[in-house]
Amino acid sequence: MSYLPSLAPSRTIDVSLGPQHPSTHGVFRMNVTLDGETVVKLQPVFGYLHRNHEKIAEGNSWLAAMPYTDRLDYICPLTNNWAYALAVEKLAGIEVAERAEYIRVITAELTRLQNHAAFLGFVLGDMGAWGTALMYAFREREKILDLFEALTGARMMCNYMRFGGCRCDLPAGWLEATRKLVDGFPAFLDEMEALLTGNEILLARLQGIAPLTPERAINGSLSGPVLRAAGVDYDIRKVDNYGIYNRFKFRVPRGSVGDCYDRFMIRVLEARESVSILQQAIAGIPEGPVVNPKAKQRGFRPPAGEAYGRIEGPKGELGFYLISDGSDHPYRFRIRPPSLINLTLLEELCLGTKIADVMVILGSIDIVLGEVDR
Amino acid sequence: MTGVLEAIKAAIPSAGVEILKNPSPCAQDSLVVAANDARAVAEFLRDSLGFDFCSNVSGVDWLPKKVKQEIVHKETVEGVESEVKETVEREIPGFLEVVYHLFSIAKKSGPLTLRVRTGNRVGDVSIPSLTPVWKGADFQEREVFDLYGVRFDGHPDLRRILMWDEFADHPMRKDYVAPDDFEYEPTPHDEILAKVKARTEAA
Repeated sequence: MSYLPSLAPSRTIDVSLGPQHPSTHGVFRMNVTLDGETVVKLQPVFGYLHRNHEKIAEGNSWLAAMPYTDRLDYICPLTNNWAYALAVEKLAGIEVAERAEYIRVITAELTRLQNHAAFLGFVLGDMGAWGTALMYAFREREKILDLFEALTGARMMCNYMRFGGCRCDLPAGWLEATRKLVDGFPAFLDEMEALLTGNEILLARLQGIAPLTPERAINGSLSGPVLRAAGVDYDIRKVDNYGIYNRFKFRVPRGSVGDCYDRFMIRVLEARESVSILQQAIAGIPEGPVVNPKAKQRGFRPPAGEAYGRIEGPKGELGFYLISDGSDHPYRFRIRPPSLINLTLLEELCLGTKIADVMVILGSIDIVLGEVDR
Repeated sequence: MTGVLEAIKAAIPSAGVEILKNPSPCAQDSLVVAANDARAVAEFLRDSLGFDFCSNVSGVDWLPKKVKQEIVHKETVEGVESEVKETVEREIPGFLEVVYHLFSIAKKSGPLTLRVRTGNRVGDVSIPSLTPVWKGADFQEREVFDLYGVRFDGHPDLRRILMWDEFADHPMRKDYVAPDDFEYEPTPHDEILAKVKARTEAA
């Protein structure tokens, strides 16, 4: 008689990962079915952070939706602000002040830097390098958040953009401090790369894991770094030329395999390009007003119509679809959340991988639950 | 936009497609597609016109509204013909609308706005799902189903996504009234009294 439990070899186990789990980056749950350690089914469960942002915005004035956008992807409030302001400006045909265009580019690229820095730290945490990499990344991120605080009064809930420009001008010495930080940023990336990119464990955990073809990525509506890591040359900064991005020289890095390693490296390469954009923007910023004096903020009533405005957020295509009926609040306020839509192919990516890879694959997509659940 | 419309008309002559003008300065006009033709039109847009990227799917709730319309007709009174203006009030029935924003990654063009409408707001709320055409519409159509109550025929996994499964209503609808307290539960006031009474009477 055997003392071993009689487990049939094909028996599968259901595991609920989350909603409270350090690797899910927030309250997010994945119901995983495992055969041994291999994932045979994965079902994401959303909605733990749902507060119906869109409904709240439809009951408020146009301007009052601006601070709410900070709380979407709370790692990147300034790009959220910009996406909403851009959509409203399209809807009502508002010109943006020249200096504000530069400030928007500078703050957006700083946002991208700190998002990608935080990403590097988080994804290393997902691989089990708990703490060290994250501390290095957050050291850098805090410096950028200090700049945000000096400019907007808040580290994360910035509420800075306005229709036709920005809320306030740069404080004295801000540009100089930013220039110093930007010039020093490549050293941080070099340090991260020296520590990580050739690391044997990192390569073993990332290379060849969950490759993605460009066709699947496009059909699954993935956007941002995840799409480009799959080898698709599509950057909204280049395609739409929104703001003043056509004035700056920068390259669009692309992956060749589309695996987790490409999704990891694309952030490092993108951060280097952002540094270059920042240096050009800081050198070229003109004097002048920071908001279009003709643009109305309070009591703003855009003419009836609709507009879809989008930007290249650090996580992907962040879009706002707005319908106005001519009143003082939006008739329809829709957010296109890149974090949610980038999860469309999560199951497809995870099938056949090991349970430990699920964390890394999720980490390599880079989501924020404030935006997934809205 | 007219070029796209002509191409669709040439490929699928029976398709019910028309252009909806957008008065906003951005002039993003849209194509209103009859629900029955939506799948065929979507496949044509993807395969022949290169709209390979379905970026955004959103629901819109249009309540029934009354519009006043002036009708001019000729009337002959005692041999004299004159134009008479008459104001008629007409009710436009409400409907739910699903708006797809399509882009072309290959041609770097877009957005093309596609609108599909349901018959009304309560009974006839089914439209064909476009998830089989663009996988990226999967979660977004689930969200429209969850928050607006549009049923997508042919969706592989049509379940609520943001609200919990037991939730009955569709909160993004314009006539939705939120309860004061989602977790309200009456205290067992009378049941306990009845229990105590039964016990004391038995004793």
